[in-house]
Amino acid sequence: MSDITAPAPRLSGGLTRATLIGVALLAILSLSAAAGLRYGLLLAIGLGFGLILEGLRFGFAGPWRAMILRRDPAGLIAQLVAIGLVAIIAIPLINANGTEMIGAHAPVGWAMIGGAFVFGICMQIVLGCGSGTLVNAGSGNAVSALALPFFAIGSFAGAYHLLWWTGLGTAPVIAFSGAQGLVITLAGLAAVAGLALFLAAPGTRRLSRRLWLAAVLLAALALANLVVSGQPWGVVYGLGLWAAKGATAFGADLSGSAFWSLPTNQTRLAESVVTDVTSLTNIGIIGGAFIVAVWRSGLSARLPKLPARAWVGTIIAGFLLGYSSRLAFGCNVGAFFSGISTGSLHGWIWFAAAFAGSFQGIRIRRALGLEG
Amino acid sequence: MLTRKFMAALTLTILAALFWLDLINSNKLDPFRAPAVLALGSGQTGAGAHCAALPTED
Repeated sequence: MSDITAPAPRLSGGLTRATLIGVALLAILSLSAAAGLRYGLLLAIGLGFGLILEGLRFGFAGPWRAMILRRDPAGLIAQLVAIGLVAIIAIPLINANGTEMIGAHAPVGWAMIGGAFVFGICMQIVLGCGSGTLVNAGSGNAVSALALPFFAIGSFAGAYHLLWWTGLGTAPVIAFSGAQGLVITLAGLAAVAGLALFLAAPGTRRLSRRLWLAAVLLAALALANLVVSGQPWGVVYGLGLWAAKGATAFGADLSGSAFWSLPTNQTRLAESVVTDVTSLTNIGIIGGAFIVAVWRSGLSARLPKLPARAWVGTIIAGFLLGYSSRLAFGCNVGAFFSGISTGSLHGWIWFAAAFAGSFQGIRIRRALGLEG
Repeated sequence: MLTRKFMAALTLTILAALFWLDLINSNKLDPFRAPAVLALGSGQTGAGAHCAALPTED
């Protein structure tokens, strides 16, 4: 009997994995047939992001925390490598195809800097940035699952008030372009990497093969996102759109918002989220992370017992993640990753402000009892 | 005791329900109105629905 029953768990695991792959492929094909091949491709790219971020444990908030607390720069340098790889292709590509492609170019301003600082605080409180919150929610992390709806509501509210905030003082958009722009961008990335290596604790300076692989694959997907959709990888717009759609479903009138009443956003509100670029990649990230979590049998861990102040802090931080990232013209993905890799100055300012905020966020996370 | 399986299932179920409702209440999908498969080389301008895009009244 034991001979017959022994292979059963392996068979069951194989069946589960085959089912996961089948459902993912079915979703991509169904969407392609119903809405168009571009949308199916974007869902596939989003799933790829989720698979890499969760499967190869590539993140943003965690590596920044590791750099601050343990002076371990590996994860941060992997981020810089990925950004550099994208920049090498994206900056010339956008220059040559300016009507079909846009960079993540945004202006620097008081609200932008403040927003990035607050985002840095909050991403350390919940230990999840824009992409990290999606990945963690997809893999069953209760803190991120709770933060996600408030992230979306905050993003909607931040966009609602965006033009008031930018009116406080905003400089013209500065984007590094051409060969000179690419050299400036790569030199900046190399300088930050050099500083991180200089500050690194002994024995932490080498990047593992896992991180190299993740950086290369993430860069390839970010470029695919740009080529397919005409815009760089982003997260926050899609989340705000979901909440805006929820608000209108409950009868809210968004005509009073200078942002949501714009033709582009009115069109997005009228069309399904499965035809919105960032919504599709967001859905894919959650789905991809879920696939990896099931694949690894990583969903059996118990939910953490946290004090009430931790859950309240998560809700507030979730809302502020969304609100602040709208004022900052993006999160770690839209501003830091895509901003820098497409030559935008605001990406660099975002990085400095959010990293400064992360120091405070690590302290607050501990005080809220979120360390478990 | 609740596990991550419960949270992941809850998250996916809620999102699936919301997207299904959105699909019903939004404009119908039409693959014949779809943009070119790739933006690169399409000649079409980007929609601008991105978090870094500064909205203008123009």
